[in-house]
Amino acid sequence: MSKEKSRAHEAPARKKHDSGTRFWNDPGKRALVFQTLLIGILGFLIYTVVDNTLHNLETRGITTGFDFLHEEAGFGIPLSLIDYTEADSYGRTFIVGLLNTVLVSVLGIIAATVLGFMLGVARLSDNWLVAKLSTLYIEIFRNIPLLLQIFFWYFAVLRALPSPRQSIELFGGFLNIRGFSVPKPVPEDGFGLVVAAFVIAIVASVILVRWNHKRQDATGQIFPAGWVSAGLIVGLPLLTFLVSGMPLSLDRPELRGFNFTGGMTLLPELVALWLALTIYTAAFIAETVRGGILAVPKGQLEASSALGLPKRRTLRLIVIPQAMRVIIPPLTSQYLNLTKNSSLATAIGYPDLVSVFAGTTLNQTGQAIEVISMTMAVYLTLSLLTSLFMNWYNKRMALVER
Amino acid sequence: MMKKTLAAAILATTALSGAAMAEGTLEAVKGRDLLQCGVTNGVPGFSVPDEQGNWQGLDVDVCKAVAAAVLGDAGKVKYIPLTAKERFTALQSGEIDVLSRVTTWTQTRDTQLGLNFTGVTYYDGQGFLVKKDLGLQSVKELDGATVCVQSGTTTELNLADYFRANGLNFTPVVFDTNEQAASSFDSGRCDAFTTDLSQAYGLRTRMSDPDAVVALPEVISKEPLGPVVRQGDDQWFNIVKWSLFAMLNAEELGVTSANVDEMKSSENPNIKRLLGIDGPKGKGLDIADDWAYQIVKQVGNYGEAFERNVGMGSALKIDRGINALWNQGGFQYAPPMR
Amino acid sequence: MKYEIQPTLPPPANTVGAIGWMRKHLFHGPLSSAATVIIAVLAVYLLTPVLQWAFIDADWIGDSREACSSGGACWVFIGNRLEQFLYGFYPSEQTWRLNLAFVLLIALIAWMLIPRLPGKGWAGAITLVIYPIIAYYLLIGDAFGLEYVETHRWGGFSLTLVLAFVGIVAALPFGILLALGRRSAMPIVRSLSVTYIEIWRGVPLITVLFMASVMLPLFFPEDINFDKLLRALIGIIMFQTAYMAEVVRGGLQAIPKGQYEAADALGLSYWKKMILIILPQALKLMIPGIVNTFIALFKDTSLVVIIGLFDLLAIVQAASNDPDWIGFATEGYIFVALMFWIFCFGMSRYSQHLEKLLHTGHGNRA
Repeated sequence: MSKEKSRAHEAPARKKHDSGTRFWNDPGKRALVFQTLLIGILGFLIYTVVDNTLHNLETRGITTGFDFLHEEAGFGIPLSLIDYTEADSYGRTFIVGLLNTVLVSVLGIIAATVLGFMLGVARLSDNWLVAKLSTLYIEIFRNIPLLLQIFFWYFAVLRALPSPRQSIELFGGFLNIRGFSVPKPVPEDGFGLVVAAFVIAIVASVILVRWNHKRQDATGQIFPAGWVSAGLIVGLPLLTFLVSGMPLSLDRPELRGFNFTGGMTLLPELVALWLALTIYTAAFIAETVRGGILAVPKGQLEASSALGLPKRRTLRLIVIPQAMRVIIPPLTSQYLNLTKNSSLATAIGYPDLVSVFAGTTLNQTGQAIEVISMTMAVYLTLSLLTSLFMNWYNKRMALVER
Repeated sequence: MMKKTLAAAILATTALSGAAMAEGTLEAVKGRDLLQCGVTNGVPGFSVPDEQGNWQGLDVDVCKAVAAAVLGDAGKVKYIPLTAKERFTALQSGEIDVLSRVTTWTQTRDTQLGLNFTGVTYYDGQGFLVKKDLGLQSVKELDGATVCVQSGTTTELNLADYFRANGLNFTPVVFDTNEQAASSFDSGRCDAFTTDLSQAYGLRTRMSDPDAVVALPEVISKEPLGPVVRQGDDQWFNIVKWSLFAMLNAEELGVTSANVDEMKSSENPNIKRLLGIDGPKGKGLDIADDWAYQIVKQVGNYGEAFERNVGMGSALKIDRGINALWNQGGFQYAPPMR
Repeated sequence: MKYEIQPTLPPPANTVGAIGWMRKHLFHGPLSSAATVIIAVLAVYLLTPVLQWAFIDADWIGDSREACSSGGACWVFIGNRLEQFLYGFYPSEQTWRLNLAFVLLIALIAWMLIPRLPGKGWAGAITLVIYPIIAYYLLIGDAFGLEYVETHRWGGFSLTLVLAFVGIVAALPFGILLALGRRSAMPIVRSLSVTYIEIWRGVPLITVLFMASVMLPLFFPEDINFDKLLRALIGIIMFQTAYMAEVVRGGLQAIPKGQYEAADALGLSYWKKMILIILPQALKLMIPGIVNTFIALFKDTSLVVIIGLFDLLAIVQAASNDPDWIGFATEGYIFVALMFWIFCFGMSRYSQHLEKLLHTGHGNRA
C-alpha cells in the first residue's frame, strides 16, 4: 500500500510515456481502463433495465409498439388548432396537444417579455414608488409555486365570473365562466389585397431602413426611417382596406342554447394558464433585464453623452445593444422554462401535450413507455434547439465583441 | 443471478421498498401478513378515508373480505390510494395484490393490460347530472352543452360515443380527478357533469346545493365495477373471486355478521358448506377452512356491505335496484358453493 | 474691506426633509408625478377592499363554517384544519416525531448559518449524513420502540419538507460526481455526463414524475417494488441531480486555475486534489447556487399533487372540497402561498446575503 502511494506521488513528475511507469500509474491507460469499465457497467445497467422491462411487459401481457397511434382516439378535445373529431387517431391527439402547448407557450412568451421588460426597467426607475412596486411584484410572484398560482387564477378568480346568461360585455365580447367570447373576423373576397399591401409595406420598410443606414454612413444625415416605416406598415394596409370596401365581416358570438356559438372563445383554462405563466415568468425576466441594464458600464453612458448623443439615442444605440447581449442567454432559458412549465396545464385541464397525450391517451391505451418517451422527446427537442440557438448567439456576440 | 444481486443491492439501499411477490401472490400476502389493496383517493361509498384515516366503502369491504379469507383478520390490509392513471401499473408491477377501485370491466382491460377481473361488486351505469333550474328532461336536450368529465376513464369515451351516435354537439372539459370535475360543474363551468351514477350521487352530496342538482333519466353505458388481479396467478384469482361469491351466497342464505355464529349449528347443507363445516372448505383455494365464516363474521354479507356503504344506511341512499340478488329482481348471482 | 464669514444658510426647505425626499423620489417631472398619483390612487382603491376582506371583516374564532358569517375571509377554516395541513394523516399522537425532526433540522441549519459558532464542517457533515438517518427512523419508525407509520399517511407541509430536503441532500453527491465528470479529461465520461445533464434539464419535472410513477415499476424485476413516495423521490433526485451538477460546475469553474496547477505540482492524485483542495473551496462558492436550486425544488415539490401525493398544496385543495368547508378555496390558497413565500423569500434573502459576502472575499482571488 505505502509502496503504491509513494509511486503515485512520483508519477506526475515523470514523463507520461516513461518506459518505467507501471501501467496503473499511466494516466492515459488508467483512463482507458476506467472508461471501459464505466461503459461496461452502464451497458449492463441498460441491458438489465431493458431486459426487465421486456420480461415484465411479456409476462403481464401488456401490448407494446406504436400501432396505437393509428387507432381511433374516441375522446373529445375542447380546443384544437387543427381539425379534430373523436373519430381521429391517437397520433392526431399528439399533434393537437403539441400545437396547444405551442399556442400557450407563444402567447406566454410574448406577454411575459413585455411585462418583464416593463418591470425590469421600472425597478430601476427614479420614482421610488414605481421602483418599490416593481420590487414587491417580483419578490411576491417568484417565491410562490407556479402550480399554486395556476390554481389560484383558475379555481379562485376565474370561477367567480358569472354564468353565460349573465355575461359581462367587454370590448364587444362576452366574458363569463365559460371563457371570453369575442367576434371572429372573417375575411371576404378582396381581403388578399390587404394582406398584399401589408407585405409590400414591410418590404418597403426594410429597403428604407437599409438605404437610411447607407446614407447615414456616407453623409451623416439621418432620415426618420423608423417613423416612416411604422406609418407605412399601418397606413398602407388600412388604406387598401378602406378603398377595397372593407372586405371583412365579423362573426359575432351569440347566446344560443347553453353557450355562445360563433365567434372565438378564449377558454378559461387557457386564460388561467396564460396569466399564471406570464405573471410568474415576468418576475424572472424582470430580474434578467435589470441585471442586463446594470451590466452596461457607466463609462459607456458618459462617453455617449460626451459625444453629444441625445438620451433617446444613447438608450437605443448604446445601452440596449450591450444590455441585450447579457440579457438574451438567460432570457432564452426563461422561455424554455415557460414552455416546460406549460405542462402544468394538466392540473386544470387545458388540453396541452401532457394533458391530452400523456394524460388521456396514456390512460386509454395503457402504453406508458411509448407515450411518456414521445412526450419527453418533444420537450428535449425544444430544449436542444434552444441550446443550439444560444451557442450560435454566443458565438456571434463573441465576434462582435472583438 | 445478476439481476437478483442488483435487486438485493437496490433493496438494501432503499429500505423503503415493498415486499417480494415472485413466489405467487398468496404466499407473498401470507409472508408479509398483510394484504395490499389499491383503492381510490376518495370516492364516497366506495373507498374513502374518514377523519381518523380509516378506509371505508364497498370496495374497501372487498379488500377486507379477501384479508379475512386469507389472513383471518380483516384489519390486515394496507390501503394504497391510486389515481385513475396509476391504477393498472400499480397492479401490473406488484405494488398491490388486488385493485378494488371502481374499475369498469372492459375487453381491452381484461385482455391487453395483463389483468383479470374477478367479478362484479356493483353494476353501474354512466349518467348525467344537471342543474334543476335548466328544466331538462333528457340527455338528448344537451345539444351544444359543455360537459365536465374525468380524464382517462371509460366515461370520457362513452360520452363522446353517445353524443356522436345521437348527432349532438358538445364541448368536453376534462379534469384529472372526479372531484375537480364535479366542483367545476358545481361552479357553473359546465352545463352537465357525467360519471358513473354511483359516484355521481356521492359527489352530489359534496356540492354547494345538492338539492338543485338532478340526474337525467338516461343511463348511457354499462359499467360493471369489480376487483382486478394480475393475469397468470390463477390461485389468487380464485381466492379473490370466491371471496366476493361468499359474500353474495351469505346474503342469499340469510347469513349475516350478527347471526353467523348461530348459523354454524344450522342444518341447512348450503349454510354448512358456506361456513366450512362441510363441502369443499378451503382446500382448493389453499386457505383456512373457515375462510367464508371469517368474511361474514368480520365484514358481513354483500347486502350488509351494500346498505352500510352506499345503500339506505349511508349518506348516498342508493336503491339496491339491479344490484339486488338474482332472486329479488337484480343481477347479483353467485355460483353455488359445493 | 472687512470680510465676515456668514453662517451657512439652511438648504432650501423644499430639498430637505420629507418634502425634499418626496420631490426627489416621487415628483421629479410630470411623468414621475403622474405615475405616483396613479399608483397611489390605485393602491387605495384596490387595497381597501382586500384589507377589509382579509382583516376587518374576517372571522378568526370558531370551529365550524357557521362561525364564518360576516362575509369576510374565513380563517377559521385554516385554524380548524391546521394540524392536517402540517402533518397530513400522520397519527396525531405521533406528530411530536415530525416536530422533533423539524426542530433538529432547524438547529443544525442555525449552527451552519450563525457565523460565531465553531465546527461548520461538522455541522455540514451531520446534516448531510447523520441527520437523514435519524430523521428516517423518526419519521418511519418501526425501530427503537417507535410505532411504524406508513408513508401514505404522510402529507401536508411535512411531506413538502421531506421531498425538498431529501431531493437536495441526495442530489448533492451525485451532482458533484456528474460535474466532475463533465469537466473530466476522459471523453467518454465527459460525454455521458453531458448527455445525462442535458436530458434531465430538457424535460419538465411533471413528465419525470409521470415516468417515475408509471414507468419505473416496469424497469425492475417483478420482486422489487417501490413505495409511491420513494418513486416520486427517485424521480425528483434524478431530475435534481442534473441541476445540482450545473451548480457544482459553476463552483468548480470559479476556482482559479492556479489552485489546480498547485495541487498537480504537489503530486496529489486526482481524488486528493478534488477532495482536499478544489471541492472545499468550490463548495463554499456553491452555497448560494445550492440555496437557489433548493428554492426552485421547494416550489416544484407542489407538482406531486399530480401523481396523487398529498403535499401542502394538495391537502389544502382536498380540504377545500370538503362539503363542510366548501367555498373557502381562496383562504386555503392564500395560506399555502404565505407558507411557501415565507420559506422561499427567506432563503433567497440568505442566498443574496451570501453572494455579497463571497463577492467581497473574491476580489483578491482570480
